[in-house]
Amino acid sequence: MPIQSLVKEGVTEVTIEDEMTIYTALEQKNELSPYCQPDVHLQINLSKVSDIDSAGLQILLFLKQESSTLNFKLSLIEHSQAVVEVLELLNLGSHFGDPIVISADWGKS
Amino acid sequence: MSDMDAALETFAQEAEELLLDMENSLLILEDTPDDSETINSVFRAMHTIKGSSGLFGFNIIVAFTHEAETVLDQVRNGERHINNELISALLDCKDHTIKLLEHCFNDNSAELPAELQAISLKLISQLTGKTEQQLTANHDDLHIEKESSEISADNWLISLEFKTDAFRNGMDPLSFIRYLKTLGDIEQIISTATDLPSGEAMDPESCYLQFKIVFKSDASKQMIEDVFEFAADDCDIKILPPNSKVEHYTELLEDLPEDNVERLGDILIKIGALTVNDVKKAIKNQTEHKNDDDKPKPLGEILIEQKVVSPEIVDEALKKQQQTKQKVASESTYIRVDSNKLGQLINLVGELVISGAAMNLMVERHGLSDVEEVAVSMNTLVSDIRDTALELRMVPIGETFSRFKRVVRDVSKELNKNIALSITGGETELDKTVVEKINDPLTHLIRNSLDHGIESPEERLAVGKEAQGNIQLNAYHDSGHIVIQIVDDGGGLNSEKILAKAIANGLVSEEDTLSQQEIFNLIFEAGLSTKQQASSLSGRGVGMDVVKRNIEALRGSVSISSQEGLGTTITIQLPLTLAIIDGFMVETEQERYIIPLSMVDECVEMNSKEWEIDSQQHYVNLRGEVLPYLHLGEYFHNGRGQAVKSTNRESLVVVSFGQSKVGFVVDNLHGEHQTVIKPLGKVFESLKGITGATVLGDGNVALILDVQGLMQVAIKDRDSHSTLLTA
Repeated sequence: MPIQSLVKEGVTEVTIEDEMTIYTALEQKNELSPYCQPDVHLQINLSKVSDIDSAGLQILLFLKQESSTLNFKLSLIEHSQAVVEVLELLNLGSHFGDPIVISADWGKS
Repeated sequence: MSDMDAALETFAQEAEELLLDMENSLLILEDTPDDSETINSVFRAMHTIKGSSGLFGFNIIVAFTHEAETVLDQVRNGERHINNELISALLDCKDHTIKLLEHCFNDNSAELPAELQAISLKLISQLTGKTEQQLTANHDDLHIEKESSEISADNWLISLEFKTDAFRNGMDPLSFIRYLKTLGDIEQIISTATDLPSGEAMDPESCYLQFKIVFKSDASKQMIEDVFEFAADDCDIKILPPNSKVEHYTELLEDLPEDNVERLGDILIKIGALTVNDVKKAIKNQTEHKNDDDKPKPLGEILIEQKVVSPEIVDEALKKQQQTKQKVASESTYIRVDSNKLGQLINLVGELVISGAAMNLMVERHGLSDVEEVAVSMNTLVSDIRDTALELRMVPIGETFSRFKRVVRDVSKELNKNIALSITGGETELDKTVVEKINDPLTHLIRNSLDHGIESPEERLAVGKEAQGNIQLNAYHDSGHIVIQIVDDGGGLNSEKILAKAIANGLVSEEDTLSQQEIFNLIFEAGLSTKQQASSLSGRGVGMDVVKRNIEALRGSVSISSQEGLGTTITIQLPLTLAIIDGFMVETEQERYIIPLSMVDECVEMNSKEWEIDSQQHYVNLRGEVLPYLHLGEYFHNGRGQAVKSTNRESLVVVSFGQSKVGFVVDNLHGEHQTVIKPLGKVFESLKGITGATVLGDGNVALILDVQGLMQVAIKDRDSHSTLLTA
């Protein structure tokens, strides 16, 4: 089960426990789509995303786009090193607008 | 002062060439008055002469050519139409310029003779008379508006638009961007997914990503494009160079050599502004959209539209292309080389060929197999050098031929005849010295055809021909020779008239029975002229006998055939005068001989049963063909050692020249041999059957056979035998 979710204080937190690549993109999109409901606060925990490629990134972009069209709140939390690296590479940090915590444990990349 | 003299000489040569070009161009303009390239070349001739004359202080020429230049400029700008009168006036101007130049070269300080002065004035009024107002009309220089560039300073702008199937084809755009980072710094990146559908419609396995990257790097465009090489099919890639690169490209463009005209795409690839892919894409675009309009869009515009190159570079490249075009057009000859130096080079190459042969001999004698390989490759090089060196002296005959256009034009006007000159085979090449020497005889023959050959339009119509007469100049290669033909469709030769004249002049006696051909050939005898009235055209003091002598001095031959009422054909055969030829070496009586390879048809065994040898009349039956033969040993050694001959196996070398074929009987065949022709000294001048000698690799001398001469001997030999027998 790659996706874990729990609802707490009106916030739906979803943890993606897998890589986000072209191999998982279809599955993840289908699993994440039901959470996209108006007026919810969807929190996606990216701490366990070991790897992310363009397709995975595209899923995140898709969710961001859905949040504005369907009017719900999307926040990405606990970005893993892989995710941060891609967001920085593509200068997308501000696009998602979430605070990124950089762990001291990450090796210099 | 000597520097000045040298400069003057260069100017004189240049002016001569320019004026010749101008004349040719003017004659072309008669047929195609709208050819802008040709108009330009006429303009350039006047313009350059004017400029150079100013340099030397030839004010008379400056003043005169200035007027012509102004008129030509108007023509060039479409303000004035070119017509036959203008062309005639310009041709006169060209002639007049030559006279003025001569005057200035002789004595610049001297007063211009009143006669020349008058012609100048007349021509100027002819040129400008009607267009005085237009003379003052000035024209604005073309200026190209430069668009302001959108590119942020000093950075590459890369745009990547991935296609939807990119993921499915295994592409990961991120990896390309990561790799790109190794080449430089990504200053700014804008990642967008503008076409990303929402909800169900979004296919997570399709790619909707686009990137705009501002990239700082010293890498070349090709290097950057190579990053995306694998993505090329799944991505629209546009790479715009930074501003500093634009300057860099402009510099590179300026530095490009102007030696040959290249296509725009090639130029841009050469300086690195574009990659081959960019151009291919643009050309594809061009051909795909061809059907929309009648005219395809210029490549430059497409490239700018596709945002792969900035307009400045395209403008600069086009300018460069134009410059190169002009330069190439104005430079028909590239380097002036002293012909003595060329001669020296060819001599040296000759020596190289000989010592190469000597080396081969040594290698063979000592059986050095490893050296042999080196020797073979060196031989190939030597023969390449030989061919190239000889080619240096070769020029196409077309230039000489096209001079006659003017002759034909002027003479036919003078004679009130309507004559067209058609030229074929102008690209046929032959030695420069031969070209120079053949000019006079050719001029004479053509003037003859114009004057005596072609009838007046009335006469032509009366005998049912077209009013326009035709003269055809034709050149082609034939077995190591060049053949030049002058064909006219005029009245032809009247053999009775020639014979009567010849008898009257005592060239032949009345009892002689001459064949048609022999009568025609009488034309080339001294003291025979069928001219009823002398005209200004044939007043050069060169008779047909001189023509023949000149051609024979070049080791050539001339023959004439004619049909009364239908026309005359004069055929000139000339050797390519090669200092070095491919020869075929044969041996007889322990003596070696060279036959020019190009004349050898075949070699067969001299087998008495098969060939029905008639040793009395000296001919064999070569597959049903009567072939006269000559026994080289008997001919050169007077039959010495005939006893040995009968036991040996002999070979028959069949040679051909023109129409005739003859066999030479030899003892041994040695095969092909690169032959350096060494002329024989004066002492041996009277030797028949030999044109020269060559030094073999082992230091021995081999004689080069005069095939043409020997053929005549062989044929005459047979004839004399047969007349003896029949008598």
